[in-house]
Amino acid sequence: MKNLVILGAGTAGTMMANHLHHHLKRPDWQISIIDEKEEHHYQPGYLFLPFDIYTPEDIVKKIEEFIPGDVNLVREKINRILPKENVVQLSSGRSINYDILIIATGAKIAPEETEGMKGSEWQKSVFDFYTFEGSLALRDKLRHWQGGKLVIHITEMPIKCPVAPLEFAFLADSFFKHKHLRDKVDITYVTPLSGAFTKPKATETLEHLLEEKKIKIESDFAVECIDNDKKELVDYGGRRVPFDILVTVPTNKGDDLMERSGLGDDLNYVPTHKATLQSKNYENIFVLGDASNIPASKAGSVAHFEAEILTDNISLYIEGKPLKEEFDGHANCFIETGNGKALLIDFNYTHEPVEGSFPFAGIGPLRLLKESRINHMGKLAFRWIYWNMLLKGTHIPFVPATMSESGKHYN
Amino acid sequence: MEKTIAGKQITVNEEGYLTDFNQWNEQVAEALALEAEVSLTPRHWEVLKYLQNEQKNQVALSIRRIGKSGLLDIKEFYQLFPVAPLKTATKIAGIPKPASCI
Ligand SMILES: Cc1cc2nc3c(=O)[nH]c(=O)nc-3n(C[C@H](O)[C@H](O)[C@H](O)COP(=O)(O)OP(=O)(O)OC[C@H]3O[C@@H](n4cnc5c(N)ncnc54)[C@H](O)[C@@H]3O)c2cc1C
Repeated sequence: MKNLVILGAGTAGTMMANHLHHHLKRPDWQISIIDEKEEHHYQPGYLFLPFDIYTPEDIVKKIEEFIPGDVNLVREKINRILPKENVVQLSSGRSINYDILIIATGAKIAPEETEGMKGSEWQKSVFDFYTFEGSLALRDKLRHWQGGKLVIHITEMPIKCPVAPLEFAFLADSFFKHKHLRDKVDITYVTPLSGAFTKPKATETLEHLLEEKKIKIESDFAVECIDNDKKELVDYGGRRVPFDILVTVPTNKGDDLMERSGLGDDLNYVPTHKATLQSKNYENIFVLGDASNIPASKAGSVAHFEAEILTDNISLYIEGKPLKEEFDGHANCFIETGNGKALLIDFNYTHEPVEGSFPFAGIGPLRLLKESRINHMGKLAFRWIYWNMLLKGTHIPFVPATMSESGKHYN
Repeated sequence: MEKTIAGKQITVNEEGYLTDFNQWNEQVAEALALEAEVSLTPRHWEVLKYLQNEQKNQVALSIRRIGKSGLLDIKEFYQLFPVAPLKTATKIAGIPKPASCI
């Protein structure tokens, strides 16, 4: 019997287990999936927890609910991969052999990378919303806060869901408006980028929204440290931004296990072919989701599109046929803009987000790069789709894995 | 976009980055530096050469990478190119603006 081993039972790993168990069956194949956690978190929900829009129960479920019965779920911390020997070592000392390995260990925050971030003000006035704990601590703070300087900050790119900090800024604006506190709250958005976002057309739209909502932007800001005494963000050029509450997105990194295994780059991401999702250094290792270094957004929707293509590539690999070079970096993200509205962007490696309609050209019903209520309904529906379709590997009707150019207004 | 600089005709994109490295030379760099209000010292030249070399080896450039280069730390990079150093330095070096992220 051959072994296919999946590392990580988060968004990407769970989807792969659900896809592959239809294709690789006993007695020829055994699929195993390894994760140290008990719970699966709907991470996009971390954005809503601080504003009391979602409760913890909405976003946490048991991992095993989503793993098919014929897949062997191993609950342990992964210590190391020995890629030359095709072995995964677990923290207990146990080893598991593999014929094919799929890495889906995701990315996590590393606040220790920035001096002073995890200092005396951590979770007192310096918060993150990229973890469950951080998001809850922030919720408790915002419930009683009476106003002051709110600073939303990205430490360095790449980060998971690069629009999430902007969404946080928009939701904060709307949250304080409803509390009749908006005139007492000064909101500033601090980013290492030259503008609000990475793609020109979307940046234009998003900067316009920031202006409309009276959110200031400090761009090209490369943080050197956080001054806990003065409560200021300090950049290498000496610029300082004072805060009463800092909501930062710390440096994101792949799991340390990549460093221990000699498989990661500077930020512990695994070098991966961007069209096939095969690792650059080992033929029988494939990587999907946030763990890879491909130049696509680190988002659940991306992992979903990748999983459809990787499923085919695993079969081709087993048959000894050439892999499909099909993954185009397709991403599809809702951007909450507050007051019950949202934007939708759909893009890939080569095509930036533009205006148009989605998924049906000329009809919609969703509008690309334009605020609307129906987009907001889409964002809220995404949670249901996530638990009931995405994780189970169900194809989303009318939304192909590779991006469609129809209905989009390119120049 | 065509542009005449240091007596030479060059082609740049809408953000002012050279589109063809063959058009780059030291005079062009001096002139681009002047536009960015940077006066080039021997130390600046070392950094520009380093960046060009990394680009040639297809290394993705980032502020973090500079910090780990062993050539200089981020603090010094900011002293040399005080405003948006990576964007400024790559422009003067005649190489594309780093695609920092998505
Ligand atoms: C605030 C926020 C908002 C977001 N919003 C959106 C959104 O609106 N839309 C969208 O599409 N995406 C969004 N995302 C991104 C999305 O959540 C991620 O891209 C997605 O979860 C990535 O899936 P993954 O499987 O690669 O990683 P994960 O889901 O993080 O899973 C990794 C798994 O690997 C396990 N693991 C790692 N290392 C080890 C080890 N050494 N031993 C054992 N187990 C290990 C972990 O326990 C974890 O379960 C958001 C993310 C955040 C943080």
